[in-house]
Amino acid sequence: MNHDTFLNLRHIHKEFGSFTALQDINLDIRKGEFICFLGPSGCGKTTLLRIIAGLDVQTAGEVHQAGRDISRLPPALRDYGIVFQSYALFPNLNVADNVAYGLVNRKTPKADIKKRVSELVKLVGLPGSEGIYPSQLSGGQQQRIALARALATSPGLLLLDEPLSALDALERVRLRQEIRTLQQKLGVTTIMVTHDQEEALSVADRIVVMNNGLIEQVGTPMEIYREPASPFVADFVGKVNVLPARVSGGELKFGALTLPCDGGDREVKVYLRPEDVLARPIADGDAHVFDATIEKIEFLGSFCHVHVASPAFNSHKLTVYLSLNFLSEQSLQIGSTLKLKLLPERIKVF
Amino acid sequence: MQATAAPRYPPVRQRAHWIDRLAHAALALTAIILIAFLAAPLLTILQQALQDKAGQFVWLDNFIDYAKTPALLESLWNSLWVSSAVTLITVPLAFGFAYALARSCMPCKALFRGITLIPLLAPSLLSAISLIYWFGNQGVLKGWMRGIGIEQIYGAPGIVVAECFAVLPHALMILLTALRLADARLYEAADAMGTRATRKFFTITLPGAKYGLISAALVTFTLVITDFGIPKVIGGSFNVLATDVFKLVIGQQDFAKGAVVAILLLAPAVLTFGVDNYVSRRQTAMLTARAVPYSPRPARKYDIAMTLYYSLVALLVLAMLGMAVFASFASFWPYNLAPSMRHYVLGLVDAEVGVGFVNSLKMSAGTALFGTALVFFSAYLLEKTKGMDGLRGLVRMLAMLPMAVPGLVLGLGYIFFFNAPGNPLNGLYHTLTLLTLCTIVHFYTTGHLTAVTALKSLDGEFEAVSASLKVPFFKTFWRVTLPICTPALIDIARYFFINAMTTISAVVFLYSPETKVASIAILNLEEAGEIGAAAAMAVLIGGASTLATLLFMALAWSVNRRTQAWKK
Repeated sequence: MNHDTFLNLRHIHKEFGSFTALQDINLDIRKGEFICFLGPSGCGKTTLLRIIAGLDVQTAGEVHQAGRDISRLPPALRDYGIVFQSYALFPNLNVADNVAYGLVNRKTPKADIKKRVSELVKLVGLPGSEGIYPSQLSGGQQQRIALARALATSPGLLLLDEPLSALDALERVRLRQEIRTLQQKLGVTTIMVTHDQEEALSVADRIVVMNNGLIEQVGTPMEIYREPASPFVADFVGKVNVLPARVSGGELKFGALTLPCDGGDREVKVYLRPEDVLARPIADGDAHVFDATIEKIEFLGSFCHVHVASPAFNSHKLTVYLSLNFLSEQSLQIGSTLKLKLLPERIKVF
Repeated sequence: MQATAAPRYPPVRQRAHWIDRLAHAALALTAIILIAFLAAPLLTILQQALQDKAGQFVWLDNFIDYAKTPALLESLWNSLWVSSAVTLITVPLAFGFAYALARSCMPCKALFRGITLIPLLAPSLLSAISLIYWFGNQGVLKGWMRGIGIEQIYGAPGIVVAECFAVLPHALMILLTALRLADARLYEAADAMGTRATRKFFTITLPGAKYGLISAALVTFTLVITDFGIPKVIGGSFNVLATDVFKLVIGQQDFAKGAVVAILLLAPAVLTFGVDNYVSRRQTAMLTARAVPYSPRPARKYDIAMTLYYSLVALLVLAMLGMAVFASFASFWPYNLAPSMRHYVLGLVDAEVGVGFVNSLKMSAGTALFGTALVFFSAYLLEKTKGMDGLRGLVRMLAMLPMAVPGLVLGLGYIFFFNAPGNPLNGLYHTLTLLTLCTIVHFYTTGHLTAVTALKSLDGEFEAVSASLKVPFFKTFWRVTLPICTPALIDIARYFFINAMTTISAVVFLYSPETKVASIAILNLEEAGEIGAAAAMAVLIGGASTLATLLFMALAWSVNRRTQAWKK
């Protein structure tokens, strides 16, 4: 057993009847890490979180936390705080009673509880809200209180089950940064389940990308984005252009372009992010430059998603990002042609 | 992903916390109660139906014997056609009512609705007693009845009319729910296309209420075919299945034939239950979360027509109820109509049947208290705790079963089961405790469904959050679940109380002279020719139920103020 890590998942397997929800999940999480389970709905990320919490029971496999085998422990004997998408605040108790819910049961003296509660509501940015009932708070405020309640007993592990999905877009961005700041301040090991890749990229130390009950890749946000381990990861995280290509004689050929490539002859797919195709700077004599025609411009504010077609790629369509300024400087519009350059070192081949 | 054959692991089982074991033990206790007081009595009926008098297993001989008894077959036919007739009259009438309430801008809706629901507060046979005063041998309007060619009210005419009044509120409530579940956007779309009113009615309204209509028809049919009180009071020599059961079992001690008839009565109820279950699933699926509730717009002529129609029927309901009240205070019907307390004092108190009323109050209070506790706690265990899935399924099924069991059948099962000499629970027979338990079981399902609905509306993660905070489930139950659900609890208690006050069918088999309840006393008084006293007793029950309803409403109001302050 690896003792440098705080939480170890070993060969976790989960079946619901004949449906396999999780298959041989192995994962080590270090103390103080912020981990995101990222994947489409039905990939098993929430099931995995609930197994760590003891709310679902794995069909097979072990969970160790802080060196202790917790695989068979009921939730009440484990050490974690949890926040759900629905907030799950007790509606008939005010903020103070909600936050103190777990403290009261530990026979903590009343004065200490009061102090701890006011400390916690201040921590989540809602000082003085003790007397208010949950229904008088906004969604984001309720989720902050739920966070305070989960942290009240100073658990070793914080589990967040899509905590931001029920909030509106602005509140979501604000709260995710607050959660990250709070987590770094307290140093509590945190696992957050999300299907929002932007959310995962912006807060996580490491992201666990899951699909169909399997872990596709574990890595830092940068690794996940720049070095996706599988077509699924490349496709799920960020936007990507997928082009058919062929490897033969140590060269990758796609369209009119050729790049050195190892391996035997085979059909492959080239994955290319929109930002890895540049419109400038392009100098005369640069390699990997091609002509393209603009087919559609999707205006998104300061920059645009521009759909281009190029004879170099047998008229396969590409999406590139061009700034609004560039488009107007060059008076580009639908039907215009322009030169584009791609960055071969960024190309992923699967 | 399933292509790779997964290795077969022995399944991991979570260690149960002692707190979880407590929940499991409580669930097992609920299962035992429901088996002893529901499943076992019902199985005994089946056993009796398949045995001869010596206790030998005789396959279907009892059923064959039954089919060869012309008098009994006549009852079967009588029951079927009377129930069908009542269904055909009541459902359209109730549909009109519900339509007026849900789809018109009729004034005083709450008042009208209240009037039509009053019959629920009194035993169903109150309408039969009133009919006797209106059309009986000394009835006020006997001449009118003869005028339209009906010789006497006793028999089929009396049963049909009295049942129509008795089941009207039940059909009304189902149809009202169905008609209120309308999506305004459908009507707006129809208006935008210039659709005529009749076409909208036949293409939107009627299809939308289809399931409600089916459900109302089935419920009406079942209520009528299994009702005992009305045919007993006004049936005369017109025999139906429900009165047959009583005569066979209590009169002739022919348990086998009684059991056969009970199984015949069970059939429509089980059918209703099955169809209703299917229908309610379809009904919820029809209305999406995005639906916009329909609200009627004023239309003068139409609203006036609806008001007149409703007033007419409401007047009939009031006449029906009012006659029993009036007659109960009349000194000597029909010769001296001066108001007096004679029937109450001489007929009830001095005749020492007043004790039945006290018994009724005791039984109703017990049913409300223990019934609500049992129903709510077991619904909580089912919905909010985990583990013991097999037992959970069993309890869930048993909780739904009473809906499909007519009171008469349940009561019969109780005699067979608890009166058996070998039964250790035999000591309960004839006690008020058993009457109370029987009534709780009889009306269990409606309470159960109310509790489940209330519990389902709570966030499903409360228990998970509590466990993560190491707070045992019973603490969360006490601090959170119970306070939030108090309005539902009061609803359940009120439902239990009123039904216990007015029920006849199940308890008619179980009382002894000491534990006779008020509703049974009405039957006995009527049989003894003391119809004035019978009316007085029925009015007393109605009065007590009304008072109880008002008290429960006041309780709900004050509890709401204290425990529901968190609501916006």
